[in-house]
Amino acid sequence: MVALMIGVLTFAALFVDMAIDGVGRLSWDFFTNYPSRRAGQAGILSAWVGSTLVMLTTAFFAVPLGVGAGVYLEEYAAKNWVTDLIEINITNLAGVPSIVYGLLALGLFVYQFGLGQSILSAGLTLALLILPVVIVATREAIRSIPQVIREGSYALGATQWQTVRYHILPYSSAGILTGIIIGMARAIGETAPIITIGALTFIAFLPPAPVKAEPPFISFEWLLSPFSVMPIQMFNWTSRPEAAFHANAAAAGFVLVLMTLAMNGLAIWLRYRLRRNIKW
Amino acid sequence: MSAPETHMMEVLATKAEARSLSFYYGDFRALQGISMTVHERKVTALIGPSGCGKSTFLRCFNRMHDLYPGNRYEGEILLQPDNTNLLAPGVDPIEVRMRIGMVFQKPNPFPKTVFENVAYGLRVRGEGSRRRIEEKVEQALQDAALWEEVKDRLHQPAYNLSGGQQQRLCIARALATDPELLLFDEPTSALDPIATASIEELMHDLKERVTILIVTHNMQQAARVSDFTAYMYLGDLIEFGVTDELFIKPKMKQTEDYITGRFG
Repeated sequence: MVALMIGVLTFAALFVDMAIDGVGRLSWDFFTNYPSRRAGQAGILSAWVGSTLVMLTTAFFAVPLGVGAGVYLEEYAAKNWVTDLIEINITNLAGVPSIVYGLLALGLFVYQFGLGQSILSAGLTLALLILPVVIVATREAIRSIPQVIREGSYALGATQWQTVRYHILPYSSAGILTGIIIGMARAIGETAPIITIGALTFIAFLPPAPVKAEPPFISFEWLLSPFSVMPIQMFNWTSRPEAAFHANAAAAGFVLVLMTLAMNGLAIWLRYRLRRNIKW
Repeated sequence: MSAPETHMMEVLATKAEARSLSFYYGDFRALQGISMTVHERKVTALIGPSGCGKSTFLRCFNRMHDLYPGNRYEGEILLQPDNTNLLAPGVDPIEVRMRIGMVFQKPNPFPKTVFENVAYGLRVRGEGSRRRIEEKVEQALQDAALWEEVKDRLHQPAYNLSGGQQQRLCIARALATDPELLLFDEPTSALDPIATASIEELMHDLKERVTILIVTHNMQQAARVSDFTAYMYLGDLIEFGVTDELFIKPKMKQTEDYITGRFG
């Protein structure tokens, strides 16, 4: 209890300190302005748009892969040494420092695959980073489903896929969603791997819009566009000598922490909502 | 609970027949070559002390053991009228479970609505017609003597029902797909006496149209609901016969010890 309070109070103190420093800078303009040499006009437009797009890309890759892997390991994989090996690997991957993922991504995505210093590279990197979190959450959620439910489904003549589709996935969705959101909340604050693959620290344009006026109306150019993200914008501002930029950094940090808290809150709410309808 | 003479006079048809059935959990031989007949449209009870293999035997009939690695069958179970060996390597366990329903020890309704619980077996068989599903669901709920109690809350979660209602829902769920043989694995062990009585009464009605094989650890229940009883001990079938005879005049000393409570 004391240990818990130390953690919570430290966080609260830091958060309040940051809020006091930064809250004066929060305004509509702060969200709609590009970064600028003049602290008073600088904003986080390119950073939050970049963060959002990177998160979308991350989710696009991490969710199907992570959930698929979790379902496979729990429902399909034979219990043998190969599965055990995979299991140990996943647990270890969750503990690998994020900079290592950045280095891997720099070599693999940026140079080997030629994806460049793009949103796609960043999304893939962060997807790799949160994959273990998603897999572990999926497995935990699936494991909490009682065996009698599976047997009930099979006893009615259901195939394995029908059992997964109609029972396993719906009943574990609360836990899986929570895992995804917590993983994403971690990814949104990651700086090291994104810097490693070469995100820009000063960027005064947005990626190309995904929707176009002329056919085929949808464009994926933005995936290969250079970008910045919130933590990098903060990092850039804090390393400036002028105090006014520090206020900007505090404001951006405040926004970032709020985003993370909001995501965690959403996770808790979703968990509560979905769990309410499921009892064994 | 018909008198023994009526059994003797009717012509008994065979629904399923186990022939020197052995079952292995890994290296452990849990069933020791059992041969036994399950008569059509009769209730057959499996009794015996805990760990005697009665549930293991029951779960061979719908190939439930296939869900877990390391399990192995030997011998055969022939299902009539087509004389299919349920345990043959070429027989798909899913096909077997399409014909043989099961009700479990603890009511295990899916965390879905009452309606969806009963409709599930039809859905996995690819039944797409909404109207036909609705008809079948109503029929199954009526057959399980549950319709009157749930007709106004078909679309509410099944866990709102009482334990006895949940178990009858599980019976309706199994009935919806017209099984030929229905397996009950100690279906009342988690229920109170009133709910137990309603399930027993239901079984009595159901045997007009479906063959029932029931595992029970309650000898009074076996005596009340079954036409035939098999006494098992340590994976062996010790005695099999007409229920009233087995309980009144057991042929084997072991059976007598068990049913008189001197053992087990």
